[in-house]
Formats: sequence, structure tokens, C-alpha cells
Amino acid sequence: MLFVTAVATLAGLTALLATLLVVANARLHVEEDPRIDQAEDLLPHANCGACGRPGCRPFAEALVTGEANPAECTVSSPEAQATLAAFLGVALEEREKQVARLACAGGTNVARNHAAYSGLSSCTAAALVAGGGKGCFWGCLGIGDCEVACGFDAIHMDPHHLPVVDADKCTACGDCVTACPKDLFSLQPVSRRLWVRCASHDAGDEILEDCEVACTACGRCAFDAPAGLITMRDELPVIDYSRPDHSANDVPIRRCPTGAIVWLDPEEGPVKGPAARKVLRKGDRRSAAT
Amino acid sequence: MLSFLRKSPADGTTIRGTFAHGVHPPEAKDDTSKLAIRQFPFAPSFVVPVSQHIGKPAKVIVREGQKVRRGECIAEPDGFLSVAMHSPVTGTVRGIGPVPSITGRMVEGIFLEPSAASSQEVMHGTPCDVATASVDEILTAIQRAGVVGLGGAGFPTHAKLKIPEGKRCDTLLINGVECEPYLTTDHRVMLEHAADVMVGLRYLLKLTAAKRTIIAVEANKADAAEALRAAVPSDLQVEVAVLPVKYPQGAEKLLITALLGREVPSGGLPIDVGAVCTNVATTAEIGQLLPTGQGIQERVLTLGGPGIRDKGNYRVPIGTPLRFVMETAGTTGELGHVFLGGPMMGQAVSSLDIPVTKGTTGVIAFTADQTGPLTDRLEYPCIRCGACLEACPLFLNPSRMGLLAKHGRYDEMVAEEHLFDCFECGSCTFVCPSHIPLVQHFRVAKTQMRRRKAKA
Repeated sequence: MLFVTAVATLAGLTALLATLLVVANARLHVEEDPRIDQAEDLLPHANCGACGRPGCRPFAEALVTGEANPAECTVSSPEAQATLAAFLGVALEEREKQVARLACAGGTNVARNHAAYSGLSSCTAAALVAGGGKGCFWGCLGIGDCEVACGFDAIHMDPHHLPVVDADKCTACGDCVTACPKDLFSLQPVSRRLWVRCASHDAGDEILEDCEVACTACGRCAFDAPAGLITMRDELPVIDYSRPDHSANDVPIRRCPTGAIVWLDPEEGPVKGPAARKVLRKGDRRSAAT
Repeated sequence: MLSFLRKSPADGTTIRGTFAHGVHPPEAKDDTSKLAIRQFPFAPSFVVPVSQHIGKPAKVIVREGQKVRRGECIAEPDGFLSVAMHSPVTGTVRGIGPVPSITGRMVEGIFLEPSAASSQEVMHGTPCDVATASVDEILTAIQRAGVVGLGGAGFPTHAKLKIPEGKRCDTLLINGVECEPYLTTDHRVMLEHAADVMVGLRYLLKLTAAKRTIIAVEANKADAAEALRAAVPSDLQVEVAVLPVKYPQGAEKLLITALLGREVPSGGLPIDVGAVCTNVATTAEIGQLLPTGQGIQERVLTLGGPGIRDKGNYRVPIGTPLRFVMETAGTTGELGHVFLGGPMMGQAVSSLDIPVTKGTTGVIAFTADQTGPLTDRLEYPCIRCGACLEACPLFLNPSRMGLLAKHGRYDEMVAEEHLFDCFECGSCTFVCPSHIPLVQHFRVAKTQMRRRKAKA
């Protein structure tokens, strides 16, 4: 008898709760566009935030409502973007590929430190201890917060503790831009060939003492460039990329004495002008006594 | 419970209670505490940053090539939370531009070159008489004198002394605790400038209308307490309280707990519990400057640590480059570590080009062979011993915060562990047997949270 009661009670309870679930499912059903799931499946699932949305799912929702274009997902390959556009029945916007670029060339072989930093292995932490000990206050600290932040394995530290961006792998998600405590990274369209690899607001001999490849603010590049393309501001050349002729030729870099302004060749990488002082040192530049 | 700690000083006065937790680092004050304050010579060049305080940087009112006199105002306060800057020397303005600072950022500053005939004479301004001046006049005079908290934080003093509407101050605390190891500046100021402290007190009493005044001194400075007691004028009611030696007793919130048994609420100010707390050197400076209308152009700092040859307490002009300070005082060998402030809360210096500012309480140096190679201090994993919980004077959980910080979980540190209550006293790092740089973790976490907030 006890056995029968127990089974009956549980069976009754099961039936009751099942009914409740069925009713709830029917009553509280949310109509969702099935294309959202399908579109999300076509995305790379990187959840990197490069599109400006919190993740791939919100981006898929925006795609379906027409608020976003498949081209905004910089992580997808052109083929994947085309597939997605065909699936959604929209035209693929023309967008130029962007990459992260570092505005510093002061590796340990050319730039020197005023003090040795010891402590947490992080640029952000080092920057909080009197700037990190680097002679140049604006320069790359070389501990590699950007390498850690990069989720696409596109940033690697070179032997002189300077991050090198692999343009093929870089998806312009902007994580390195946020990670750098010295704000040296920025996202740049690949067609921009002229690039200033220095962020120092010091000038002349003062900055050369701390870094051999720094911009001395001599102004030769600004003089040689087409009128108005390069202006000197706060001891640095500023290139007006809004002009169509911003990367017409490499004339502005030819007389640069330190190689702070470079021509980014798609094949060879950064090219310094012929007048730039050669850096032959392989090891670290000796630190100055404090 | 802790009665065994409360030794009675020689004169028979009882030692007060103290706050819970905290640590006892070696005091290391004997080298300099007996040395009288000496005037420091002029450097061949000066750099005066216009932002030596918390708040808006001062507005430069001189131009390149202009001749200035010692004590002349060279930058005006820009808004309420800002103070004036004064020229430390008679000379010429050589330029205005970015100067390196201890924070690692470049700040605007004024480069000065002293003239060959620069003397110690200081320009006088409009005096502010305590008997006749109104509350607002005194506040303005303090702001125009460029007075900031000389204990190191650099908060504009007039802003601290302005009692907000609806709040009342019943107790005025003068902080002469100086719990940082090595530092003896407040100690010497109390001994040698006790009369100035009393003059400054009159101004503060007029501003706060406090009924009770307590000067707090730690038991290792009994001679200073004695000097202050002797200097109290007959018409002033001032208690000189001697506290047991403990770190970080000089933090104003903990000092209020130790003396009055009141707890300043999280995110609150001392005035929320009816108290105003001012550093003793700041008080002495007010007492010295306001009657003559002068501005701060020099401060007393301790040059100490085993790396310094001529240790002592010096009155150094603001803007003196650290390099000149080290060259003049001499070093005992190749420098290893240099700190501005004490070893607990002070900042490591990365370059000797930064100048002495109003917040510099001392310069502590160690030679390279005294600190050992930097790689010696290995960090080990947290063993959950709880030593940091016993040390934290604010009853936070540094152990858990450290673990959260390691994984970048900064939101939880703020929401669950009250990260922003931490004032980075360093007690947790001091006791950690695993050498985990906890305070540095917290600083990074705070910076990241502020960055996120600024972006949002």
C-alpha cells in the first residue's frame, strides 16, 4: 500500500508539473527571428568587440535588423563576409582593412632606461612607478601588456622588447589600444604608408640622449612633403591622412636624420630613409646612471 | 588588552589608545631625529611644476625671460581646488613647458635660473591678521599662500578647512604622528617651530570654531610633545596626546579612531564625524606665512637612509632638482633605490631630474649593495596565512583582492572588497611572507577602474 501511494504521488506531481511547463512554454513563448541563430553561426565566435558590440550574438541581432553590415566584422575573412552578406541579402560595404600600429621604435637597443623596474610584470603597473624607468616618458615600456591582450596571436615582442604586429593576423579589434598605458597603439587603414614611429614631445639633443631613433622635431619631413600634408605640432610631425595624396611617395622620409618617420612597405615592412643614422647595436643600450 | 604596549612617558602623562591592526616597521629615525633643521643652498636651476597639489593645476602668470623675486607668486590658483605657486629664488624664468613628475606623467612647469645675487630674503605680501580677518579672508590667504597638506598627500589646505554648510567641527586634530620610518621632519618642526604651530593654531581655531584641540604625537617623539606643551599660550586650551608607536597611525582616519574612538564612514571625510585633521608642519607653515603674507617657497624634508652621506633635516627650496639634492648631500656609493617619502608609502624615483615639491616629505636612498640585486625578491603564491588581514587597518581582505587582481577581476574588487577604501599604506605588503606586491596590484586595479569609468 505504501509503495502504491508513493508511486501515485510522484506520478501525479510529474503530471502536474509537466502540464505547468507545457502551458508556460505556450503562454510565455518569445518569437525570435531564426536568422539570428543562423547569422551567429556564420560569425567567427571571437567575441572580440571589434565591431563595437559586446559580442557576436548582439552583432548577429544587429545584422538581422539591418543596423549593422557584415563588413563591420573585421575578424571574418572576405569570403565569410560575402557568405554572410548573401545570406542576409544585403550588399557588402567596402571597408578598408585596418591594423594596429605602434607609435614608437624605441627598443632596448636604441632607447635607454633611467632606472631598472622590478615588480609586477605589466606595463600598466610599471607606468605607475614613476613612469616605468624608461628615459623617454612617452615610449614603449616593452613588458608586453599588448601581447597578453591580443586574442589573435598577432602581437609578439621582438628581441629588443618592442611589440611587432602581424598585419595578416591583426583584426583591428582594438584590445592593444586599450591595454597600452602609454597610448601608443592606434588602428590605421593599411593604405597609410607614411608613419611616425615616435610619440615624444621632447626635441633635439635632449631626446636623442634617451633614444637614438626618436623624432628630433627638425621639421625636414614637413618641408619636403607636399605643402600642408605634414605639420609640426608639439614637437612631432602630424600627417593629414584626410588628404588623398597622403601616401603618394616616400619623399618626406628621405632626409629624416633618425628614421622616426618611415615608409611602411607592404612587402618589406617599415623602411627608413637613406639619411637615417644606422643602428648597428645588437645588445641593449647601456642604462644611464640615475 | 594592549596595556603592555602603553609605556608611560617620563612625565607621567598617560598614553592614549590606538587603532586596531596595523604594523610595527623598524623606525630608523635615530640617524636624523637629533639633527637640527639646516638651510639648503640654491641649485643652479629650478623646476617648479604648477601641479603639486590634488586638484586643478595653477595658472602660470609669468612669461619667458621675466625676472622674478624669491617668494613672488608665479602661478595663480585656478578655481577653488587649486593653490598658488611661488618662486623659490630671485632669478629669471627660462621657460615654461613639460617637466617630469613622480607620477610618471609630464606636467606643466616653470624653469627658473637664479640670478648670481639671489639672496635668502623673501618677498612679503599682504599680511592676514588673525584678530581682524574674517573666515573667508583667512581661507583666501591660505590658498594664496599655496598651502597644501605637507604630510605628503598635497590636498589644498583651505579646501579642507572650509566647513561645509550644515556640518560642525567640534574637535581640531593636529597630526604630528609621523609614523613613516626614516622621516623626522615633523619631529624637528615640532621641536624647533612650536611657537609657529601655536600661531597657526589660532588661524585654524578661528576657521573651524572647534571646542577641543588635540595635538597627536607618537611616544617616540616625547621631546617634541614636551616642547609643544611648553609652547602652549595661556589663553589656548590645547591637549598634547602621546600615542603608542604604530603604523599607519598618521593616516587621518585612523588617527581619529585612535584619539576620539569615532570611525569616519567609507568614502566620507573627517568632518562627517565632527573632526578636522591637519598636519603639524602645515599648521606651522600657516603660522609662519600668514602674518607676513608670504607663500610657500621651501619645505623641510629628511634626507636619510644608508645611501646618503650627510643625513639630516633640511629646509629645501621647492623646485630643487633631486640630482642637486643628492650631489650636495653626497652619497655613500652607487645609488640603488631612491624614494620620495618614506619606505612604506613613498614612491620609487626613476629619474633624478624630478624636483622637490610641496608633497616631498623626505628623500630616502639606499646604495646598490644595500638592497641587493632586483631579482632576489621572488614572489611566491599566496598561502592564505591571513597575515595581511591582521595587518590591514581598514579591515579589508588584501589576500582575496590580490587573487582577484591577478585575474583582472577588478569589478569584484570594488563591489565586494571595497577597493577604493584602501589608501595604500603598504601594511599588507610589508607582512606578506610570499612577497606578493599587493599594493601594486591595487594601484593597477584602481587605475584600470578609473580608466573604464572615464571611458563610460
